[in-house]
Amino acid sequence: MDEGLRQTLSRRGFLGLGLGSAASATGAYLLGQSAQASAPPVKMAHTDHDSGGHGAGMKEMLVGAVDHQRNGFDPMHLLVDWDYGTLVEDSKTGVPVREYQVDAGDVEIEIAPGIFFPAWAYNARVPGPTIRCTEGDQLRIHFANYGSHPHTMHFHGFHPAEMDGVEGEHRGAILPGEDFTYEFDADPFGCHLYHCHAVPLKRHIHKGMYGAFIIDPQAGRPPAREFMMVMNAFDTNFDSANEIYAVNTVGHEFMHRPIPVMTGELIRIYLINVVEFDLINSFHLHGNFFDYYDTGTTLQPTLRTVDTIMQAQGQRGILEFRFRWPGRFMFHAHVSEFAELGWMGFFNAVKPADFNAALAEVGLDEEWDYKGTNGSTISQRSLAK
Amino acid sequence: MTTQTTTPPAASPGTQVQSGVTWVLALVPLILLGVVLTYLVVSGGGLTELAGPPVEQVMIQRITLPEPGVIQVEVVNDGPQAVTIPQVLVDDAYFYFTAEPSTTIPRLGRATFTINYPWVAEETHLVVLITSLGTTFEGEILAAVETPQISGQLFAQFGLVGIYVGIVPIGLGMLWFPFMRRLSKSAMNFILALTIGLLVYLAIGTWLDANEFAGELPAFWQGIPLVLFIALMTLGALLAVSSLRRGQEVTPLGVAYRIALGIGLHNLGEGLAIGAAFASGQAALGTFLILGFTLHNITEGVGIAAPIVHHSPGLKHLLLLLLLAGTPAIAGTWIGGFAFNPVLATIFLAVGVGAILQVVWEVGKLVARDTERLGKPLVNWVNLAGLAVGIALMYFTAFLVKF
Repeated sequence: MDEGLRQTLSRRGFLGLGLGSAASATGAYLLGQSAQASAPPVKMAHTDHDSGGHGAGMKEMLVGAVDHQRNGFDPMHLLVDWDYGTLVEDSKTGVPVREYQVDAGDVEIEIAPGIFFPAWAYNARVPGPTIRCTEGDQLRIHFANYGSHPHTMHFHGFHPAEMDGVEGEHRGAILPGEDFTYEFDADPFGCHLYHCHAVPLKRHIHKGMYGAFIIDPQAGRPPAREFMMVMNAFDTNFDSANEIYAVNTVGHEFMHRPIPVMTGELIRIYLINVVEFDLINSFHLHGNFFDYYDTGTTLQPTLRTVDTIMQAQGQRGILEFRFRWPGRFMFHAHVSEFAELGWMGFFNAVKPADFNAALAEVGLDEEWDYKGTNGSTISQRSLAK
Repeated sequence: MTTQTTTPPAASPGTQVQSGVTWVLALVPLILLGVVLTYLVVSGGGLTELAGPPVEQVMIQRITLPEPGVIQVEVVNDGPQAVTIPQVLVDDAYFYFTAEPSTTIPRLGRATFTINYPWVAEETHLVVLITSLGTTFEGEILAAVETPQISGQLFAQFGLVGIYVGIVPIGLGMLWFPFMRRLSKSAMNFILALTIGLLVYLAIGTWLDANEFAGELPAFWQGIPLVLFIALMTLGALLAVSSLRRGQEVTPLGVAYRIALGIGLHNLGEGLAIGAAFASGQAALGTFLILGFTLHNITEGVGIAAPIVHHSPGLKHLLLLLLLAGTPAIAGTWIGGFAFNPVLATIFLAVGVGAILQVVWEVGKLVARDTERLGKPLVNWVNLAGLAVGIALMYFTAFLVKF
């Protein structure tokens, strides 16, 4: 491990120290005082918690707000945060090559206001980076493990057995302090995922080791506003049942901050279910119907005009729809229990003229708009040539 | 180091100096204790590595439903350190709530969580508190019933319950007084032995009730040792008061008053349980239950009257005895229904255990004396039968009130 990486590691370790870190606990612990006394108590929300009228009337919600800055990631930004890697052209073959850097580590994240979870994460975020590329690209994913346990990266896709990232097979688990480069071609196009395949599987997955893996078809897809949504959940008391459910980690985040979209525009969601312990998860959209591309491996919808789809763990697909009218429209798991435990949010559909105001209302800017509407790798690929 | 072990008899300046030295010597360990504590707080005492992960422990002490759509949860932190409860679930759903005084509860501290939840009457709900580290603590509402608020009508009704449970049966039992006056000495011994049986049953019942409340107390109260100590101290104190009479026997009226007090404390506990059960929706206060308690407690009246059958205490004393034994049932029902406090309940019941044990001792002496006068051994078939009938009466009538 080189010096630069070591520094990164220690910085992460430091950032990871939050509530519940043992180091600060001793003296206070001995006297029966709080190791957490220095942490500010969570602000109490009343029904007027949501300034701006979001969630007005809804009493069935997590209380308060998550400190995204401390987490180092914001579920709203994860929607449009595509990781294209570094794009180069192979000097011999002329094939585009994308190189990614993914670091595993231990990090404490706030998964709901005031609730902290000892996560294992790729690039210190849950879900990990959204690896996006074009069908046929050569991928080199440099993986380094700075965590306390062995980890791997197991991609869903065509690849040789040596690149399967399964503990006990070929290179197998990447031990703490070690690294490995996964190399394969991006194939087939679709909405895929990657996750850790070290044992015990359940613990490694529900602690946060997963991410989206999106391969754009060479022909491209119609222009759209695109979002990446990972349906995930957290078992905070380790009793093999989840306490918090969400899209992109933070429970009820999109209840407090509805996702701004424009009426009439095509919206495309890359939806992936990684929820552990529960047999199924689902996605239901209010006031609308969508076309669904199971696993995203086809250019024609596999289901047309539906408003609810079901996904088992590891299942995923692409949704496409347009809002006809302005207004707030819910989306949530149609497993009511999951919805009430955090997996519930709003789209805020507005007329194009009102879009900037809708962005500002939830703390977003033009960059977020740009990333959402220019996510495809197709144009980049031509730029690289 | 020299120690000051003797004090010269005469007062002198030297003595005063030595007295001052004595106090300084007494303070030395305390000062050093302060130093050690400060060291531990500041440096961790070199045990940082032993600290381990934080331990979060809270106890849901009481869940009330003050009005439709509102659940109130009283929480005590009986763990080793402060706990923050940032979110609250009801029936697997997060709901808005407020916390008084704060979501962060210091060790030994308490907080009240008020949750906006549309609870459903007569159905079961599960409240879960989740801490900042994701630990969960559960409290169940067995059958949702709006917690009674103090109102004139309810106050009167609870009072009536207390009267049916306490005053009526004891009064009826005491009405055997004229009948018992006509009994032979041997038959009276049977009645006194029956009284002991009744009291032994009550002592055990009160002990179990006290421990039931004690078991629900936060850990730091050390509920069960607390009950044991209070019961023993009460017994000891009452015996010590008796011994102040310097050999003089407690008068039969005195024994009757002690029985009434012990039974009164027991009935206070019974009232508390009835009131609390009603408040938490755990018991339908049907006529059947009240009828059961009336039958169950009628023997208590016999027990109070038994020691004084060969005396003429007068109506005033009989009434006072009735009130001392019976009215606590009324007070208990009110407290249990409107302002239940498990700590006080535990203490009262523990005192009751001690008081009842002491009257077992007193009545036992009465039986021993009277049996001796009849020239029979203390343990004879009549006495044993009385004891057995006393216990059996209480045991079988309790079938009507235990479920």
